[in-house]
Amino acid sequence: MDPEPKKPEDSPSNSGNSHGPVHPQSPFPDEALEKVLSFVDSHKDRSSISLVRKDWYNAERWTRSKLFIGNCYAVSPEIVAKRFRRIKSVTLKGKPRFSDFNMLPLDWGADVYPWLVMFAKVYPFLEELRLKRMTITDEGLELLAKSFPCFKALSLSSCDGFTENGLKAIASHCRNLTEVNIQDSITEDVGGGWLSCFPENFSSLEILNFSSLNGDVNFDDLERLVSRCKLLRVLKVNESITLDELQRLLVHAPRLTELGTGSFLQELTPRQYEEIETAFCNCRNLQVLSGLWEATSVYLPLLYGACASLTFLNLSVATTLQSGEFAKFLAHCPNLRCLWVSDTVEDKGLEAVGLSCPLLEELRVYPADPYDRDHLDGVTELGFLAVSRGCPKLHYVLYFCRRMTNAAVVTIVQNCPNFTHFRLCIMTPSQPDYLTNEPMDEAFGAVVKTCPKIKRLSVSGLLTDRTFEYIGKYAKDLETLSVAFAGSSDWGMQCIMEGCPKLRKLEIRDCPFGDAALLSGREKYEMMRSLWMSACSVTMKGCRLLARESPRLNVEVIREEGGNEAQALKVYVYRSVAGPRQDAPPFVLTL
Amino acid sequence: MDCDLNLKATELRLGLPGTTDAISPPKNNKRSSPDSDSAPPPPKAQIVGWPPVRSYRKNNLAEAESGSFVKVSMDGAPYLRKIDLKVYNCYLELLEGLEKMFKLTIGEYSEREGYKGSEYAPAYEDKDGDLMLVGDVPWEMFKSSCKRLRIMKASDARGLGCAV
Repeated sequence: MDPEPKKPEDSPSNSGNSHGPVHPQSPFPDEALEKVLSFVDSHKDRSSISLVRKDWYNAERWTRSKLFIGNCYAVSPEIVAKRFRRIKSVTLKGKPRFSDFNMLPLDWGADVYPWLVMFAKVYPFLEELRLKRMTITDEGLELLAKSFPCFKALSLSSCDGFTENGLKAIASHCRNLTEVNIQDSITEDVGGGWLSCFPENFSSLEILNFSSLNGDVNFDDLERLVSRCKLLRVLKVNESITLDELQRLLVHAPRLTELGTGSFLQELTPRQYEEIETAFCNCRNLQVLSGLWEATSVYLPLLYGACASLTFLNLSVATTLQSGEFAKFLAHCPNLRCLWVSDTVEDKGLEAVGLSCPLLEELRVYPADPYDRDHLDGVTELGFLAVSRGCPKLHYVLYFCRRMTNAAVVTIVQNCPNFTHFRLCIMTPSQPDYLTNEPMDEAFGAVVKTCPKIKRLSVSGLLTDRTFEYIGKYAKDLETLSVAFAGSSDWGMQCIMEGCPKLRKLEIRDCPFGDAALLSGREKYEMMRSLWMSACSVTMKGCRLLARESPRLNVEVIREEGGNEAQALKVYVYRSVAGPRQDAPPFVLTL
Repeated sequence: MDCDLNLKATELRLGLPGTTDAISPPKNNKRSSPDSDSAPPPPKAQIVGWPPVRSYRKNNLAEAESGSFVKVSMDGAPYLRKIDLKVYNCYLELLEGLEKMFKLTIGEYSEREGYKGSEYAPAYEDKDGDLMLVGDVPWEMFKSSCKRLRIMKASDARGLGCAV
């Protein structure tokens, strides 16, 4: 994609040309340019820089040390290896987001192994690897552990494919490790024995997060590890660690800035209670607190001493928390900017948020019991309203609720016009405004009309094409849109494809959008990262047509058992310079 | 009612074998389990991937809902264990299993006095998050409402299972 009208031989993909020290039109020598560029970190800036002219492209590629690949299939290891020669940090993202919700078959792909093979050859000084929604096997972790003597940071978010053995290899071989950060990873039971594999003289760890792995740990080994890693600032343990064990860890690491506790359910003696209370009081630098499994009113006060500097509180797995004790707790957290809770705190709890957290910028309310449709508890429009009244700086919300009204949303965005991320999930599909019984079109219309900075939107409830007319017309900065059980006809999706100039990611499920809608975006998809459409009215014919017209797009259909041959029930479209996937499993058809 | 038949076979009580005293209701103020009140609700079809909650979170919930494998903690022990409640048919079997697993003895249960004559008493956390003494409710009710087991020091367990 070359927006600059340049001579053909200046095309950026032509990487074989050599360059002299100074170009006739360039005001400065390459060395100076490279020096300046070495200060540019953002990959978006670097991307823009590389498109200016040929010598800038080359200077940029020699000086880039951090690689960000938002879709691992948009490019190949070979292409990357040819272009960049000095990479120290890699971020790779794989599967489409709906894989988090079990909508992708296992073995769909996004295995990082081929990338690791390439990195081992071309980037021996690799220090960081950050993966999101990728598969990394034990073989991959072993290759990683043995190939990079300078390796420092491993971050796995929503990844799968590994067991304890892979982590053991990392712990045993990576002498300079500063970060092991495993979040939301979907794995089989991963044992905790790997924590015992760090050598006795290993002490460089600064970040340790194993909160999402549910294996039991040898506590003595963990305690020894924590005590000798004097630079540890982030510690997030899993549910198997008890309160009194946590106290012993905190004694060794009072300078923590981020803490994820273990289980909060434990009968404590008065002496233990006092010791734990003291340990938390000594954590004066705590900014982030999470964990608190099974936290109940009895032990929440233990945390009060650590809350003064808290800016991010994650209570999303504390599903036994009730509104009263939650409100009392919040009174001790005046500096909160980011709060994640379970809907067990109910509207009353959210009222307390509105009263106690004037600096709040981000709120996420997760359902404690999402599959119980008879369950009438949780939060409603009232809770959201209360927060919007008390927290004018609110700009990021993820809200799972069982009922909502258009009027409430209109008021909410009037109270908080700075929304950048508005993700509303009314949990019963296609549910109308519960007071007026009308579609929720006006609610989302209000969001896009009142919030000019909206970047991410998730819509729900009963929605007609009108919602998409509004979005297409007003949401000029929108980058990510998630749609489910919404719309009336192809026109809805067409409005999006013809509006929303900055759209990058579109995910749609269970909507009446067919081939005409799919094809209306043919010119847009190359400017986007990806499109996901499942359970819509798209056919194989439509997909083939799109594929034929767009050589730089991969149009993939995921075949499921027992489906109608002509239908395309799961479609994933993404731009790529690497051509069709080489590793596609038999149920993925690239058209 | 079904409950009566089960109670007789599995209830722990002091008394001579063969006596048939009336079974007293659970001694607490909790609302009765929905199971005993009405017919079970019709199963709702679950839509795949909806609501869009991460599998990781779902695992937290699935554990709570499947009900048959529960964690067992013992006060003072560093590790938790896990047992499958489905394997046991009555309280006696469960307690024997716990005694073997943790190498301790649990005293005899009485409605009035809980577990007398031992260092430890078995408690459990139910669906509402309350800490209850094992043995107070009928076995089937216990199995469906038990989320987690905890072997407490008997001294700490005084106060659980007393009439309110």
